[in-house]
Amino acid sequence: MYDFNYHKPGSLADAASAIAGAEDGKLVAGGMTLIPTMKQRLAAPSDVVDLGGIGDLVGITVGGGTVTIGAMTTHGAVAASADVKGAIPALAELADNIGDPQVRNRGTIGGSIANNDPAADYPAALVALGATVVTNKRELSAEDFFTGLFDTALDEDEIISSIKFPVPEKAAYVKFANPASRYAMVGVFVAKGSDGVRVAVTGAGDDGVFRVTEMESALAGNFSPDAVSGISVSPDGLNSDIHASAEYRAHLISVMAKRAVAAAG
Amino acid sequence: MPTVSMTVNGKSVSGEVEARTLLVQFIRENLGLTGTHVGCDTSQCGACVVHVDGKSMKSCSLLAVQADGAEVTTIEGLANGEELHPMQEAFRNNHGLQCGFCTPGMVMSAVDLANNNKNPSEEEIREWLEGNICRCTGYHNIVKSIKEGAANM
Ligand SMILES: Cc1cc2nc3c(=O)[nH]c(=O)nc-3n(C[C@H](O)[C@H](O)[C@H](O)COP(=O)(O)OP(=O)(O)OC[C@H]3O[C@@H](n4cnc5c(N)ncnc54)[C@H](O)[C@@H]3O)c2cc1C
Ligand code: FES
Ligand code: FES
Repeated sequence: MYDFNYHKPGSLADAASAIAGAEDGKLVAGGMTLIPTMKQRLAAPSDVVDLGGIGDLVGITVGGGTVTIGAMTTHGAVAASADVKGAIPALAELADNIGDPQVRNRGTIGGSIANNDPAADYPAALVALGATVVTNKRELSAEDFFTGLFDTALDEDEIISSIKFPVPEKAAYVKFANPASRYAMVGVFVAKGSDGVRVAVTGAGDDGVFRVTEMESALAGNFSPDAVSGISVSPDGLNSDIHASAEYRAHLISVMAKRAVAAAG
Repeated sequence: MPTVSMTVNGKSVSGEVEARTLLVQFIRENLGLTGTHVGCDTSQCGACVVHVDGKSMKSCSLLAVQADGAEVTTIEGLANGEELHPMQEAFRNNHGLQCGFCTPGMVMSAVDLANNNKNPSEEEIREWLEGNICRCTGYHNIVKSIKEGAANM
């Protein structure tokens, strides 16, 4: 790892000016992705701005049909939160199945979505639940936020402060985890909310998270596993790698979707 | 160079470090506490697990500056003088180690589990060990050790 200037601001405003003033600055949250990347010298920022000193970015609140999670809230804290378990149990369960306990004790929801790894779990939850990403500059819908492989709508000096999840009527997430890393080979998040049913898939698309609208319309009329069992997804645009072929991933999407609908009840 | 201060195994320590210094380097090289191991250096194996403010974390994936002001416990901080910590004692009783390379991380990880769950099932223990890799034992005796250690804590 190359050396860098380290900053630990105490407020979002100070963090924004530190990152804007840096030659080639990077924010660090839990560091579970950024630090390994810097060790491999795939990233070599001149300045690292640590969000760990900003208390306002940590915490979970529930009210008015919305669960709001601060960007620096760890996966472990989301998994253990009685509020999240009560309002959106599928989200707590998703967080509880990310990586391993030590990764969950450091990794954050803000870091996970900013990174937009095509195999990460949270992007499926944000898109299926119709979440809103709040930054120091604006609010973005999840679908506008995730723009492609490891890519988001964030500007260079933009910082996520929280994510707002509308509480659904029912929801479930089922993933087929890579047995070594626990990342999703295919993960399907199904949610039924006030504006209909959404089905979001992670781990499979070569452009990151995506919705399966054909399954959504079928489930809108009949929310049961049978409604999706006949719908197959095309392998075009899906990833093929040593873990699974595009055809296998396409097959897994239908299977995981069926299981998710059954789990949502 | 930044200065870091933290409490390690109950003692206040501080030192000047490069910003890129990992917590595990600070612990091993600056403090000379070599019980914490580096197996993979890529956040997979868990040999480097320590507690930071009471939670288990991989010290190879944390900067020393990120732990500024924290309370850190390493494997050296568990025993009470000559008397082993119940989790260490359980690993000894149950032959929970062979070469011992993974053991400090296993024990630190197991203590974090037991702090929140006095009576973990075999399945819970195996799931919890997702981030700890052992190349020798085949895990059976590690699981037995953790069951006994948790009960005695
Ligand atoms: C062994 C292992 C297994 C894993 N398994 C899984 C898994 O099963 N599923 C899964 O989803 N993930 C998994 N992960 C990834 C993990 O969830 C990471 O925690 C996450 O991807 C990054 O979060 P972080 O807080 O560590 O971010 P960091 O590594 O600190 O940052 C990641 C990126 O996001 C940017 N960033 C961070 N916070 C903000 C913010 N508030 N605003 C704007 N930009 C920001 C940073 O600049 C950086 O570019 C795994 C990681 C490891 C090491
Ligand atoms: S050395 Fe830290 S996880 Fe392997
Ligand atoms: S005892 Fe040798 S690696 Fe676990």
